Amino acid sequence: MKNKLIIAALLAVAFSPVQADSKLAAKVDKLVADSFKPGPGQDMSRLVQDETQKVCSVTRDKPSAEQAAAINAREQATIKYPDNNQLMGDWKNGEKLAKGGFGMRIGNIEPDKVERQKGGNGGNCYACHAMDPKEVAAGNLGPSLTGYGASRGASDEIVKYTYDKLYNTQATVACSNMPRMGHNGILTPAQIADITAYLVSPESSLNKK
Amino acid sequence: MKYKALSLGLTLVLAAPLAWGEASVADYRAALADKDANPGFLVIDQGEMRFKEKRGPKNASLEKCDFGLGPGKLKGAYAQLPRYFKDTKQVQDLESRVMTCMIKLQGFNEAEIKQKLYADQRQNEDNTVLESIVAYVAAQSDGMKINPPMKHAAEKEAVKLGEEMFWRRHGPMDFSCATCHAEDGKRVRLQSLVNVYNAKDTQATMTTWPTYRVSHGVVRNMQHRMWDCHWQMRTPDIDYGSPATVALISFLTNQAKGGTLDLPGIKR
Repeated sequence: MKNKLIIAALLAVAFSPVQADSKLAAKVDKLVADSFKPGPGQDMSRLVQDETQKVCSVTRDKPSAEQAAAINAREQATIKYPDNNQLMGDWKNGEKLAKGGFGMRIGNIEPDKVERQKGGNGGNCYACHAMDPKEVAAGNLGPSLTGYGASRGASDEIVKYTYDKLYNTQATVACSNMPRMGHNGILTPAQIADITAYLVSPESSLNKK
Repeated sequence: MKYKALSLGLTLVLAAPLAWGEASVADYRAALADKDANPGFLVIDQGEMRFKEKRGPKNASLEKCDFGLGPGKLKGAYAQLPRYFKDTKQVQDLESRVMTCMIKLQGFNEAEIKQKLYADQRQNEDNTVLESIVAYVAAQSDGMKINPPMKHAAEKEAVKLGEEMFWRRHGPMDFSCATCHAEDGKRVRLQSLVNVYNAKDTQATMTTWPTYRVSHGVVRNMQHRMWDCHWQMRTPDIDYGSPATVALISFLTNQAKGGTLDLPGIKR
């Protein structure tokens, strides 16, 4: 009986889901290596996953509580602030940045202009979020942000929470669908401060009826 | 014809009422759904000519190409792809199989074919030979049910890896396919997104590719869709007919099993 239990325990370790996952993940890594060809115009580093992307992939965006806590801590540590430490920037520029945001597309079939491949072009926020109530062509992958500041106020806590969320969403929500806008270089710290102002400022068109 | 369809599309988009509602998009779709008016039929006819034409260093047509049901058997072949092919020892979709035949039967060079896979809509180009041939072969399965064999171990493995690939997050946007395609009722801007875990949704999508894309003015195929999604995810170009594309398409096709092909499709 005791032996049987030991064998069962050993089998459980040998065939634990974690091991199965890592084997499968290795196969997918090979699939990726076989399916994207390096060369001029390509950037293979974009296919290399960091630890957070790996965990989110194998858990299909449902990390365990422990994994989520580890992601939150690791991602919080990445957040950088503007040189002047002002987390509220210019809401009007934030509005432009929220609406704009194409770029960073590479390859040889339809690459963006080289100067737009790096990031810093805008957040393309409307792809996923409703914001200014006058803009109807808004996606719904993320929650509506219309009246964000009107309902939350503009306290220091809200400003910092908003800035952090924009810079690295996974500091608060592990495996969030949202890109880590600051951490991944899509937006600069100054640009994130501008979008923070667009969301929070009482003058912002997003907070007017 | 192309311009007419394009301007019709634009007019309908612009005419959509400002108050957001699914109905406006549904009206737009309904206006596009007049099958007899689908400009994709011109591309299919062109594809037939090019399929039967002697081309390439070997001066041969593609009429002896085996799409899984035997050389030259086109009827229903696309409905049973992707599948494992003994000669290449690979699971292949229609697009990669057309390329195999262009290389083996006609003597074309793979690198040369890949130099120009797709018409450039920014230059208002017509469909490439490859695109039109794919549209023609696919159309020979119109009205048939999607029924890939999924019996060979390699076919099952492709579905499994395809689903894993579907959830792989990478690139500067942290996106996986699942970011946009794993929930009902989601949109990017006003474009509704297929949820591949909803059989009806997935059937509606997979039964209508290849599709005439109004915004491109040409017929696009599923390989182009795979490339386009990855391009938008800001990855490098995913390689035409590569194992990852075939795995993803195997997964998607399997999710859409039983749907009736309605070709060519027409979409934004």
